[in-house]
Amino acid sequence: MDIEQQLRVQDLNARYVEAIDDDRLEAWPDFFVEDGRYRVTTAENVAQNLPLSMMYATSRAMLRDRVKALRQANVYEAQRYRHIIGAPRIAVGEGGMVGARTPFAVVRIMHTGEMMIFATGCYEDRVALGGEPRFAEKTVILDSRAVDTLLAIPL
Amino acid sequence: MNVHAAARQWPAEGLTRVPYWIYSDHHLYDEEMARIFRGRTWHFLCLEAELPKPNTFRTSHLGDMPVVVTRDKDGAVHAFENRCAHRGSLLCLKERGEAKEIVCCYHNWTYDLKGNLAGIAFRRGIAGKGGMAPDAKPESHAPRKLKVEVLAGLVFGAMDEDSPPLEAYLGSEIVARIRRVMRAPVKVLGGYSQMLPSNWKLYMENVKDSYHASLLHTFFTTFRLNRLSQYGGLVVSEAGGNHISFSMAADVAGKEYEQAGLRAAQEGYTLEAPELLESVDEFGDGIGLQILSVFPGFVLQQIRNSLAVRRIIPQGIDKTELVWTVFGFTTDDESMTELRLRQANLIGPSGFISMEDGAATGFVQRGVRGARDEVSVVEMGGSGTASEESRVSEAAVRGFWKSYRQYMGF
Repeated sequence: MDIEQQLRVQDLNARYVEAIDDDRLEAWPDFFVEDGRYRVTTAENVAQNLPLSMMYATSRAMLRDRVKALRQANVYEAQRYRHIIGAPRIAVGEGGMVGARTPFAVVRIMHTGEMMIFATGCYEDRVALGGEPRFAEKTVILDSRAVDTLLAIPL
Repeated sequence: MNVHAAARQWPAEGLTRVPYWIYSDHHLYDEEMARIFRGRTWHFLCLEAELPKPNTFRTSHLGDMPVVVTRDKDGAVHAFENRCAHRGSLLCLKERGEAKEIVCCYHNWTYDLKGNLAGIAFRRGIAGKGGMAPDAKPESHAPRKLKVEVLAGLVFGAMDEDSPPLEAYLGSEIVARIRRVMRAPVKVLGGYSQMLPSNWKLYMENVKDSYHASLLHTFFTTFRLNRLSQYGGLVVSEAGGNHISFSMAADVAGKEYEQAGLRAAQEGYTLEAPELLESVDEFGDGIGLQILSVFPGFVLQQIRNSLAVRRIIPQGIDKTELVWTVFGFTTDDESMTELRLRQANLIGPSGFISMEDGAATGFVQRGVRGARDEVSVVEMGGSGTASEESRVSEAAVRGFWKSYRQYMGF
């Protein structure tokens, strides 16, 4: 096992979830390469080989549009997340990419103080490691098919 | 009607007032399940495409009652209660699958795909001992069968034998608008559920509320996907409970929202990646948005090229599961599928448009705590339930209550 690869992917994911949990959403697109892909789907859709996503972006620009919508357009109650991520399992990639699979759990904290386990699942990532590590692809696979109320802030 | 419900009086103003106890009265819930959901109403169960070949099944719900939908070996579609004749256990535990028969896991009682009890383990006992008496008739407790009709790829079921034929229940305008969307064989793209923190009726009111759409949903308004100033219309069925709201995709570039200083219209707000909103006029009629609902719990959605069916599963007085199934057609090429998948960003729990609906119904559920004897005001567009050109109207919301009161006897 390449420990350095493991640590670089782990660090990327750690910084990624920290940015979301600290409400630094404007930094979120920069964790991706320019034409990076991000999507959120469910294990049920994946098991049936169905392509639907809840969120689907194919560029940093689309990710920035989502942040802008969350800041300016969409209406939702104040809330934040706490991501708990596991150790990434690294798969050999090609072309300067590695594949990584990282389990996560997210607790959602509402402004009212109400907390719940909002989501659990797995990040299936392709990470470009040349230079500053960035996600070429991040697929968030939710264990459950159901989302409570709404999924505004990205996972 | 039980004593409790009889004590409840609808406000004298009629359909322009909705009493808040209607969302929080625990006694009402069971009555609604019996009178409305298991009454003479039709319910969307699944897409026919979810039963892709003979000997397949899909579980669904009629209200909160679990049902199994099957396609038998001859291709016919059936639906019956997901409840064993014996001890009442669920028969099907999986959402979908293939099966030639359905076996209850509890004691191995077996059913054919029409829902008939076909076999009982050790019915005659073992070596002449035990088993059931020869004159026992367990078949008489078999899961109840639903009336089933398939319309343009949509499977509907009804519990009450006396339910009118589906097309009569829907009305000709609703049937025509269903056929308009379901123009080719369906290809399922996927699905998910949204757990709404509210009474089921609040969601159905929200769907029928053509007035709210462009006021709550900034995205709709800013990108002119749907404005009340765009040409469109509101169709409410005779009985009131079924509706269509539609608007043309064409941008008339009106400034009504901006002049009114509405939050929902933000000038200068643009997308960096406008391909999100790329769409084609696949129906050839210029209609960019059509929301159709069928009483009590079905929605067929066309937002540009984003097509979905939504059904509700009430889960108590203040919780509702909203099941989304998103689809295209088998005739779609790769780029059309990609277009639909991109536009799916508009819908569902993360939808730029629809995420707010999950929250808004919850705001009402919480807002009316302690206001059981107060009422909401539903006077936009007058007091009637007639179809009209203007969507600055709550006619379809009043139509919902017209149907509701009829079934509930209020």
